[in-house]
Amino acid sequence: MNGWNRKDLLGLEDLSREEIELILESATSFKEISTRTVKKVPTLRGKTIVLFFFEPSTRTRSSFELAAKRLSADTLSIATSSSSIVKGETLKDTLKNIEAMQVDIIIIRHSSSGTAKMLSECVAPSVINAGDGCHEHPTQGLLDIFTIKEKKGKVEGLNVSIIGDIAHSRVARSNIWGLKKLGAEVTVCGPRTLIPQDIEKMGVRVTTDLTQALKGADVLNILRIQRERQKAILFPSLREYAICFGVTREKLNRFAKKDILILHPGPMNRGVEITPDVADGEYSVILEQVTNGIAVRMAVLYLVAQAGGVEEQSILEE
Amino acid sequence: MGLLIKNGRLIDAKNNIDQKCDILIETDKIAEIGDNLSANNTEIFDANGLTVVPGLIDMHVHLREPGFEYKETIYSGTQAAARGGFTSLCCMPNTNPVADNPGVIEFILSQNKKAAFVNLFPIGAVSKGLKGEELSEIADLKSSAVVALSDDGNPIENPELMRRAMEYAAMFDLPIISHCEDRQLSAGGVMHEGYISTRLGLKGIPRTSEIVVVARDIEIARFTNSRLHIAHISCKESVELIRKAKSIGLKVSCECCPHHFTLTQEALINYDTNTKVNPPLRTQEDIAALKDGLKDGTIDCIATDHAPHAEEDKDVEFDSAPFGIIGLETALGLVVSELVDKGIISWKQLVEKMSLNPSNILGLSRGSLEKGAVADITIIDPKQEWTVRKEELVSKSKNSPFIGRRLRGKAVLTVVSGRIVYKA
Repeated sequence: MNGWNRKDLLGLEDLSREEIELILESATSFKEISTRTVKKVPTLRGKTIVLFFFEPSTRTRSSFELAAKRLSADTLSIATSSSSIVKGETLKDTLKNIEAMQVDIIIIRHSSSGTAKMLSECVAPSVINAGDGCHEHPTQGLLDIFTIKEKKGKVEGLNVSIIGDIAHSRVARSNIWGLKKLGAEVTVCGPRTLIPQDIEKMGVRVTTDLTQALKGADVLNILRIQRERQKAILFPSLREYAICFGVTREKLNRFAKKDILILHPGPMNRGVEITPDVADGEYSVILEQVTNGIAVRMAVLYLVAQAGGVEEQSILEE
Repeated sequence: MGLLIKNGRLIDAKNNIDQKCDILIETDKIAEIGDNLSANNTEIFDANGLTVVPGLIDMHVHLREPGFEYKETIYSGTQAAARGGFTSLCCMPNTNPVADNPGVIEFILSQNKKAAFVNLFPIGAVSKGLKGEELSEIADLKSSAVVALSDDGNPIENPELMRRAMEYAAMFDLPIISHCEDRQLSAGGVMHEGYISTRLGLKGIPRTSEIVVVARDIEIARFTNSRLHIAHISCKESVELIRKAKSIGLKVSCECCPHHFTLTQEALINYDTNTKVNPPLRTQEDIAALKDGLKDGTIDCIATDHAPHAEEDKDVEFDSAPFGIIGLETALGLVVSELVDKGIISWKQLVEKMSLNPSNILGLSRGSLEKGAVADITIIDPKQEWTVRKEELVSKSKNSPFIGRRLRGKAVLTVVSGRIVYKA
């Protein structure tokens, strides 16, 4: 497979349209593996992948772990509470130690933006960003785009609205970069207090009116709203948030296109940013996103491992 | 034994002199200024092609001693100052213990006496322990020779404390140096709030967090008829507020830092923690306003806010890294390259902002080259091009965003009280 020579995947901002398309194409091939009775190929046999999660995660971590295991890699999971960070070791030193154990890929999630990049510059193994602060969550962006493409047949020319806490969302940023590169029109919508400064310079339309975000949209990506933001004086209550920005069946019926696609990166607050009848309704592809996440992560692991020196072989070899 | 500086271009803003002449130094004073001076048994320095100015004064540095000697010591910091062309420094009180009492001030002065590079004029804490609760013993601090008061780094949140500090300090003719920042507005912020912070997903420090406190402190200075010096301004609106305050005769002065008129938020794009400063690097528009302020005299002084941090402090996640960069060894080169060479300010204005004005604001009796004055002199090669190199920096910490940068203008000789403390 040609066209990929990145050791790391840090964000979608860095990628070209061709690189994104290559990941999506590879993911299509990998998706089939998870439907087999024996869900395993030897592609990354003998490779060691470390999952280093400094923030709680169920979905992303299990998804990466399963992706690695289905490619026959050995995995090691480290969580903050059990790491040396609590003993005062710096993150960099911890990573240098992991590197000394001769691992091939490090998947990292951290609450501080820029951490994946910082670490990629100081260790030899591939680094995959599984979410850094409010910066990027590239594999989530990729799986969202993969799902959109699978359902709509294309990305170019689609109107995608991202609803919610844009300011604190790495999912929003990765979606914006990826979708814009593939030619979609992106609108962000949320309370003014959760729209970050100058975001329109990223090439998106901004609105604080949910109706405007619903009208003409082919896809809605609804972000999780965190209760903590209320304490930070960013909005008055979850109740009022739900009234103004919650996506309900009634609002969809009134303003949205009939073939609208509903995405949510999870975990959902049912009844706040999304009502159960929407989450579980016919427009929703929320669980398919999760299924696709494994395929996309298999593709990413395969590509970075190859750039990091895995011999080329058929990805579907059993 | 003295020192005779021959044929230099002498610039003295106080006496409005800009001409080629000789300076004779005897013991620690300037003995003579004139043409074709000669003297016996005297070291001669040929300053042909060089610029001779009153010793540079940096009124805002952090020397980290006592308490954080692994970042900088009074020895290493004052040595860096001498190399950068500075003959006097004013050090901020955020040491451990805090410089809020004569004991710490005396310790600092005695360490500097041993280092013996440059003059050190300590700034005392406004509040005990920099806690922003009770006033330090200001009369006591004054008697131990502090030249100003500041809670720099821990901005004074309580306006009542600021009011009382200004009133009380006025009895001793001590200016209050205010780090203007509303910590509620800037809470959690690590860089300028704008497009780049949005892109990087970093929490922003909104410009208004500086502006509201500049406005507040100007009003308190007006109300108390006291002296206020505003530290390291970074925003266009701060320049405007100070310009207006000066125009109605308030006793307000201010400084800005070389990094604030040189770099913008764009410098943070790679999450380099050596671009993490407080106040943060802002926008081109702000740089333009700072330059206007420097040009028209709204901004009185250029100070470095030299803030050394060890590599292990800075080499961490961006959010966890401390604010601050070093500046003593790059300030002059940046001022010459970015301001003088580009025609923003004249050499005379450089002398005002880096020597005469800080001296006047703090009462240091320096800042000019005249017969009988203390022989604090900086000789600059205005045309020398050089590259900032990490391994050449003598500051103990190397946290500079300017490493690798090409600059023009460099100190070649630094003289403090008639004694050569640095020679290139």
